[in-house]
Amino acid sequence: MTINLNINDQKVSVPRGTTVLEAARKLNINIPTLCNHADLCVAGNCRVCVVEQKGARTLIAACAMPVSEGMDIYTNTLKVRNARKHIVELLLSEHRSDCTKCYKNQKCELQALANEFAFGDTIFLDLVEDHNYTIDRSSPSFIKDDSKCIRCQRCVRTCSELQYISAIAVSKKGSHQKISSFHNRPMSHVVCTNCGQCVNRCPTGALVEKTYIDQVWDAIYDTEKHVVVQTAPAVRVALGEDLGYDPGERVTGKMVTALKQLGIDSVLDTDFSADLTIMEEGTELLTRLKKALVDGDKNTVLPMFTSCSPGWIKFIEHKYPQFLPNLSTCKSPQQMFGALAKTFYAQKRHLDPSKIVSVSIMPCTAKKYEADRPEMRASGYKDIDFVLTTRELAVMIKQAGIDFRNLEPSRYDSVMGESTGAGVIFGATGGVMEAALRTAYEIVTGREVPFNNLNIIPARGMDGVKEATIKIEGCTGDWKFLEGVELKVAIAHGLTNANKVMKLVKSGKAAYHFIEIMACPGGCIGGGGQPIPTSMEIRKNRMKAIYSEDEHMVLRKSHENPEVIAIYKEFLGRPNSHLSHELLHTHYVERENY
Amino acid sequence: MERKGLNKVGLIFEKIDIKEVLTKTFNMSSNDIIQNILNSGLKGRGGAGFPTGLKWKYTAAEKELEKYVVCNADEGEPGTFKDREILDKVAYKVYGGMVIAGKAIGAKNGIVYLRGEYRFLLPQLMKELEAFHNLLDEIGFDFKIRYCLGSGAYICGEESALFESIQGDRGEPRNKPPYPTSSGVFGKPTTINNVETLVSAAMIIMHGAISYSQLGTTDSRGSKVFSVSGDTPTPGIFELELGMTVQEFVNEFGDGDTKAVQVGGASGFCVPRKKFQNTIIGFEGVPTGGSMKLFNSSRSMYNVLHNYLDFFAEESCGQCTPCRVGCQQLLKGVEKVKKGEAKSTYLNELVKLADTMKIASKCGLGQSVGNAFRTIVENFREEIIY
Repeated sequence: MTINLNINDQKVSVPRGTTVLEAARKLNINIPTLCNHADLCVAGNCRVCVVEQKGARTLIAACAMPVSEGMDIYTNTLKVRNARKHIVELLLSEHRSDCTKCYKNQKCELQALANEFAFGDTIFLDLVEDHNYTIDRSSPSFIKDDSKCIRCQRCVRTCSELQYISAIAVSKKGSHQKISSFHNRPMSHVVCTNCGQCVNRCPTGALVEKTYIDQVWDAIYDTEKHVVVQTAPAVRVALGEDLGYDPGERVTGKMVTALKQLGIDSVLDTDFSADLTIMEEGTELLTRLKKALVDGDKNTVLPMFTSCSPGWIKFIEHKYPQFLPNLSTCKSPQQMFGALAKTFYAQKRHLDPSKIVSVSIMPCTAKKYEADRPEMRASGYKDIDFVLTTRELAVMIKQAGIDFRNLEPSRYDSVMGESTGAGVIFGATGGVMEAALRTAYEIVTGREVPFNNLNIIPARGMDGVKEATIKIEGCTGDWKFLEGVELKVAIAHGLTNANKVMKLVKSGKAAYHFIEIMACPGGCIGGGGQPIPTSMEIRKNRMKAIYSEDEHMVLRKSHENPEVIAIYKEFLGRPNSHLSHELLHTHYVERENY
Repeated sequence: MERKGLNKVGLIFEKIDIKEVLTKTFNMSSNDIIQNILNSGLKGRGGAGFPTGLKWKYTAAEKELEKYVVCNADEGEPGTFKDREILDKVAYKVYGGMVIAGKAIGAKNGIVYLRGEYRFLLPQLMKELEAFHNLLDEIGFDFKIRYCLGSGAYICGEESALFESIQGDRGEPRNKPPYPTSSGVFGKPTTINNVETLVSAAMIIMHGAISYSQLGTTDSRGSKVFSVSGDTPTPGIFELELGMTVQEFVNEFGDGDTKAVQVGGASGFCVPRKKFQNTIIGFEGVPTGGSMKLFNSSRSMYNVLHNYLDFFAEESCGQCTPCRVGCQQLLKGVEKVKKGEAKSTYLNELVKLADTMKIASKCGLGQSVGNAFRTIVENFREEIIY
């Protein structure tokens, strides 16, 4: 049903259930917002979006008010302007406005509003010193600075609605109200997956990634050090957003050039180790299937879960530790890369591994945590020294004064710079599954997966939980036992969806063989370290770019990656070999839950 | 302006045979009950004054099968203590009112949300409830009442925050619409009424709408239980017909030196002596949930205001900006003016802020902070400054 209303004396017709804010946007009337976020439920608590409704006793929050027939809305009356100015001033009075030193300077939504509404003399008294604000730096992934917090609760809603964690929630009331962790413990000591989805949605500098930009610069300028960088697949389709491009623009070649101009000694690709992951994880899956289905080994459990997403790993360690044996023992591509950089790569390039500084550019904040895990020192050194987010890389490019738009694209260095389309699609939800199926099916049957142009469409898209069944036919040699088996797979992204799948698995109602889970909405393309803002539309554009990158590759199956073939020949032996296990596989730990 | 003078009434605490009222209710249609309540002119006794009959009518019109009657017994307004007395003395009439509301809207479940500080009443209340449930069984009423206890947050008296609290969530007001009549507790259509409203409804069913509507004025029908406190020789609970002026009230309860009456508690209005004569206590003048606090000339109105602001800065849920930060600003602002650290004209800025809070806050709490602020600052400005 259509509702007709007037906004600023302009007629507009919208479907029932539309909010005043959405109706105004249809007319290109801008109403400022803060607590509102496209991915989250309506809060209506910052009140910045108040507008006047003719005949109403009070102003109304445009984000929370559904339209009604014949409504007369005014978005810019004196009453509205005065209230809005007051509200912005009130927020500023509780907010430590050391803007010039803030990591979010010029990227802060409160600052942008202050610029419109609160310039000139301050009306209200400074309340910052009245609050006992704390800064929590305990997480290796992010910093929580309460003095910058405006209590919009975007982070709280993100953590509960999208991620089913509620690591942070509102505590206390009135002037003491704050966004708090469980019992106010340090973030490093609560059930937090470090996914950074809250960081990605925080409008101010209250939640920001812990940055390692300066450390990386130090390494670059240290002539003793050899800096190798790996870039994750999802970075190349999002980095552009922080450098003036529209969402969904692929900037792979320019990014490589920019990294070289920053002074990185060797610019390599996480896609390489993504391909390697497929070899290891695919082999692990097939071995598990054989043990479970043919040998009747009771210790081999199915379904097998992917292990690429460190947010997901921490989630299962906290919430479903009884399923840790179901996790693939494969390290994530980042960590496989790290372990090889200081072993295989060092040998190939005749470098002293202690002189190598291994940096990864990730769409992710949880990767910072992952790199710090004590398990991740297989090379004898810290496998990954520093993890930078997509956003941090953009900052470095700006710091270096690089004219990104006019860069000539270049290719990744070697070794460990070669990749396939299968490695690329790791960046989107369903990508690991698709890549794994492309390879595993071919290993087992000697034929390509029976999907047009290798595109396994059921694994793609933004549905929270995706399921597919693939019948394996025409098995060769050792794989005869799989003949006629219907391989059941599931894919989930966002931890709320992951939890849905886990509940199914726990109840025994789902007979899956293989499950891919990514902690972030949309997979890595929607990672916590990606450019801000994010929305379903933005993530869809990035996803499109990922698949287009895949389509443009000559090689699209992990087992065809020549460097992967070579590393097995020269170094690792074969997938799941003893050395592979030493370097590329790991174990997990049960963590507390409450 | 219609006036009634000061008349003491004994409706709410009148001992009645609740079985008789319930039996009568049992034989009435939903529509009959709603019409009776509409005709009586009864408005909500919690303070906001929404017509009770309309509330029931809207809830009755909802098609959902599962509906709720919630009794708001989270009596938290400073200076209000009448619901405690009602529950203590005539809980069975409260339960009766809930059953009547249930029959009117088509609900089989009632929840009493009891203020945490009233926990001591619970053993007695439960005992009475058991007897009441037996009575319902006898008559054949399919209606069950249960208790839910608050934990001391003022905001949980706000209806939607109260629902959140019942649901086990943090007591924060919701966006409206949807209103409780369509989506209340557990997202189901809910009618939520104050303790006294429910007892009044029971009395209306018992005595009839006409008899009830003869009490009071056009805008404020019936009688009201007042919690009288402050500088008065006779503090306590009094049921009075609506329609008296503050002057008439002060003549009865004052100590001869009353300079101001705070009508409606911290969220209400301060009426100074010069306005006693022309201010009616009721919806045509100053509405009240029952709190009447008298101040004599020994009182500093700065202290009174400071106390209220301190209370609000503490009891705001903290969710919305105007209320959370506004309360702190008003409090700190008057402190600065008092100490001479801010100019007296800063009070004008604060009054503007109070006005913003009134129109931009999310719920009734933030919207009503300005009532006391404005009326005290306007009428006792010199006491705030010097």
